[in-house]
Amino acid sequence: WLQGNMAQDLTEKELLKMELDQLKKEVKNERQMVSKTGKELKEYIESMAAEDPLLKGVPEDKNPFKEKGGCIIS
Amino acid sequence: MATEGLHENETLASLKGEAESLKGRLEEERAKLHDVELHQVAERVEALGQFVMKTRRTLKGHGNKVLCMDWCKDKRRIVSSSQDGKVIVWDSFTTNKEHAVTMPCTWVMACAYAPSGCAIACGGLDNKCSVYPLTFDKNENMAAKKKSVAMHTNYLSACSFTNSDMQILTASGDGTCALWDVESGQLLQSFHGHGADVLCLDLAPSETGNTFVSGGCDKKAMVWDMRSGQCIQSFETHESDINSVRYYPSGDAFASGSDDATCRLYDLRADREVAIYSKESIIFGASSVDFSLSGRLLFGGYNDYTINVWDVLKGSRVSILFGHENRVSTLRVSPDGTAFCSGSWDHTLRIWA
Repeated sequence: WLQGNMAQDLTEKELLKMELDQLKKEVKNERQMVSKTGKELKEYIESMAAEDPLLKGVPEDKNPFKEKGGCIIS
Repeated sequence: MATEGLHENETLASLKGEAESLKGRLEEERAKLHDVELHQVAERVEALGQFVMKTRRTLKGHGNKVLCMDWCKDKRRIVSSSQDGKVIVWDSFTTNKEHAVTMPCTWVMACAYAPSGCAIACGGLDNKCSVYPLTFDKNENMAAKKKSVAMHTNYLSACSFTNSDMQILTASGDGTCALWDVESGQLLQSFHGHGADVLCLDLAPSETGNTFVSGGCDKKAMVWDMRSGQCIQSFETHESDINSVRYYPSGDAFASGSDDATCRLYDLRADREVAIYSKESIIFGASSVDFSLSGRLLFGGYNDYTINVWDVLKGSRVSILFGHENRVSTLRVSPDGTAFCSGSWDHTLRIWA
């Protein structure tokens, strides 16, 4: 029911045809400049950095993983 | 008959030629927009200081290599699976084992926690993905309620619930990915395009819509539209198998880890690779990658037993973590970003913070 075109079942020719069809589509994709998109990646990080515990560090008493033990109610 | 064979070879050669020329054109189109490097964009960003990250918990209990793990949305429970066929659910705060089930196969390569926290999914050499509801009833046998959902024709390498308990996305050694309805086991969509085993997948953050990325032994990372089954974009810059793919928290990029000993960042809107995280001294494959909450840090687990921490923007390594005594096979940051968990062939899982 997986339509029989799994990689393991295809001939080299069929795999190439699949790849060609995909490449023809992708050449037409819209793209933006890295100077613009990279800037946006950077800005996302800057907007979230203050809340990133692994980046900023969390005080020992606030992070449940930093201290083993504490109260165990049995 | 002899002429048929000749015709066949010519067609193959001309197809290869056409593919090469299209790849060339695609590269040209992508290069037109490659006006700067990511680290140049980040030139004025403050460098990162020293990091102190240590093992805070060690989860012991598996009898063989840990192959996969996933966090529960409650930020404390973890499911892990092993070569010995066991799947264990842990409370990472206390290190207690809450549930355990033995699969009928060895090499349980994939496991995932359901969004509700009420079930787990797993599979491997059995070529299936099965869902187990989690029950706290001591009298109930977890294995009794097992539900077989996905059926592939080769091993299951990765699985993930979508944003509900109702659907599961799978990746397989048969070269396909597939989307399944959990209740009925029905195949909802299949994704064809990889030329070899698919080893990993990751769903886009829910805000970005219905896409996911997969990586495989064909060295390709492919981004898919879940509704249509079509591949939207593909990237082939790695020099070997891609073992792990993970979306950047904003959904506009994804990272990959490969047997070529590098991790890379692909910008989806620029449609290209924008960073390579590598060092001459790192010669073993990266098995698993994940981002810190903001996306500034990329954690990579490697086959040389270490975890390297990368500055995503600047491209430099900021820390190297030792502790595991064999390959790191799986790594995920917790849902609220307070810690990350690594699993290893040394049979243990470690929580780092």
